[in-house]
Amino acid sequence: MIRALALILLCQLAGETVARGLSLPVPGPVLGMVLLLGLMTAFETLAQQVKPVGEGILAHLSLLFVPAGVGVVGHLGTLGPQALGLGVAILVSTALAIAAGALAFTLVARWTGGVGEDA
Amino acid sequence: MRDVADIWSYLAEGPLLWLTLTLVAYSLAETIAQAAGRHPLANTVLISVILLGLMLWATATPYATYFEGAQFVHFLLGPATVSLAIPLYAQGARLRRAVLPVLAGVGVGSLVAVTSALAIARALGVDMPTLAALAPKSTTAPVAIGIAQSLGGSPTLAAVLVILTGITGALIATPLLNAMGLRDWRARGLAVGTAAHGIGTARAFQVHPTAGAFAGIGMGLNAILTALLAPAVLHLFQ
Repeated sequence: MIRALALILLCQLAGETVARGLSLPVPGPVLGMVLLLGLMTAFETLAQQVKPVGEGILAHLSLLFVPAGVGVVGHLGTLGPQALGLGVAILVSTALAIAAGALAFTLVARWTGGVGEDA
Repeated sequence: MRDVADIWSYLAEGPLLWLTLTLVAYSLAETIAQAAGRHPLANTVLISVILLGLMLWATATPYATYFEGAQFVHFLLGPATVSLAIPLYAQGARLRRAVLPVLAGVGVGSLVAVTSALAIARALGVDMPTLAALAPKSTTAPVAIGIAQSLGGSPTLAAVLVILTGITGALIATPLLNAMGLRDWRARGLAVGTAAHGIGTARAFQVHPTAGAFAGIGMGLNAILTALLAPAVLHLFQ
């Protein structure tokens, strides 16, 4: 378990170092994710070791957003007179983006190779 | 026996109290969500945030004090992002078969997210510096903060708008996609991860493992794409 955790943190550390060093617009953990994916593809046994720990963290992904979410409560006042416009923009644009993204995936999946997977 | 106020001020200093209360609030939110039959509106992040927000307000506790305890939970966001490689690896074969649909879904979702948000906000009288903070709202918080700053927007406001977008996406995705009759878990997950980053991805994992894996892909690709798209789109609104 400690090994797996160390490997995950090492990937994050490497990602942060590269992102900072090259001033990339991508966050370090996202680069770390790509690195871990590459390592797991190269070494099958690594994938088996990391799996239980990583899945344990991901099982409670929602919990990890709670501290940041609580921070938002105190800042709602700072939206000021623009709060309504921002609220409407977020609600409508998020709905449009979800609908458009899912439709685009489905249409292209149909064109490029048979039926969509339902499972 | 010591004064309750003494004990309180001792506990309020260290991280133990608010770390514990964060986990307790989340457990309570889980129980409520289960009792509500996993109804999309009974979102665990939203319920926990409301419970803790009320506690902080009632005890007049500053956020900095709360965060001293909650930072241990917050820190795990990084390792969790790295761990998204695991479902990606497990779904590798399905992902390789769906490269073009994935690119189309993220491309369209990302462009619609940025453009429609800016168009609506501007029509409703939102000013330019605020638009700069709004443009990256569908990306994960660290990326959004970086993009907003480079466009001249407030990083704090950008973070607030990111979280609000994530919770909105997690709340509306299931009813919206059901109403559209889209049942492909890959399409559903990808769209939610693209439009509502990690909070949308967390929701997708609660619904279906395939949706969660594709949401992670959507979140990662959209972070890169928005960094390229947002400055160009914002320029159109100047």
